[in-house]
Amino acid sequence: MKQKKLWPLVVLLALLLPAPFLFNPQATFDQGSDDQLIGVIEKIDPQYTPWTDNLWEASGEIATLLFSLQAAIGTGIIGYFIGLSKGKKTGLDQLQ
Amino acid sequence: MARLQTKFAKRLSFLCLLLIIPAVNSFGMHIAEGFLPPSWSIGWWVVFLPFFILGLIAVSKKIKDEPTQRILLAVVTAFTFVLSALKLPSLTGSCSHLTGIAFGAIIFGLPTMAVAGFVVLLFQALLLAHGGITTLGANAFSMAIIGSAIAITVYKGLKMAKAPQWLSLFLAATLSDLGTYACTAGQLSLAFNSPGESFWSTFIKFGTVLGYTQLPLAIIEGIATVLIFNTFYKYSTSELGILKKI
Repeated sequence: MKQKKLWPLVVLLALLLPAPFLFNPQATFDQGSDDQLIGVIEKIDPQYTPWTDNLWEASGEIATLLFSLQAAIGTGIIGYFIGLSKGKKTGLDQLQ
Repeated sequence: MARLQTKFAKRLSFLCLLLIIPAVNSFGMHIAEGFLPPSWSIGWWVVFLPFFILGLIAVSKKIKDEPTQRILLAVVTAFTFVLSALKLPSLTGSCSHLTGIAFGAIIFGLPTMAVAGFVVLLFQALLLAHGGITTLGANAFSMAIIGSAIAITVYKGLKMAKAPQWLSLFLAATLSDLGTYACTAGQLSLAFNSPGESFWSTFIKFGTVLGYTQLPLAIIEGIATVLIFNTFYKYSTSELGILKKI
């Protein structure tokens, strides 16, 4: 794939990510799709009650920590391999 | 004896790697714990299980036969892991998660991603109270099976039609993300319906809630998939040579 031609995608990404804040200045973004789904279920079948619940639910701050750790560890691994691959390629190129 | 220990140690450490990395995004679309009636919860688990078992066989075979691909396997799981963790705001004013499953599905195929997706979802359900164990079968089916299937089909189809690779990747990822959500809406519509309402009208209710929110996020996922593929493709050495073949 030609790298030069991918920059429009990067630009689009840069525009899409903050766009929700520009389009919805009042929105608090506090309801995820999960909760919205529950809302629809309640409307369709008001008698339904969940028959079980999560074993453990982290409180707000801890949940943030865990999400951050998840993203950080995953990114770390991806970054490690990008670095490793680049290093290998540079090494191989130098040998030729 | 020593050889068996090394083999076991290698497999265990890889499994741990899988456990740490997975995080496929699929979160907004997951059905929360307890919100699928028991019969449906079990039903979807039963549907998912054969794929999972095939996946375990595929993954262990891959680790055994081509150890160099372990690296890439760890990376695609990491990608799923990271994207799953990102809760992104959408244009509709709410937020949702991405899936990140398309990247791995295109490279490794459906059975492998059944395992990767499962691990990520398990992590999310246990530690983050996102999704659930009872709904894990259904959620895994939506994301790891349907999501993967759509990604692979769209990618291969577009590739046969000689579309540019970035477009094939982009559409595969975007449609896979949307497809996962559509599947979730379908699962909920099967389990819940108001008296007198057809499946389709219920499906539209669930689908519209998810759809508008998910569309811009699915596009973001498409772009992210193209970019990560390109990043690895640039630095492809023999281990990542598989990327040149897809």
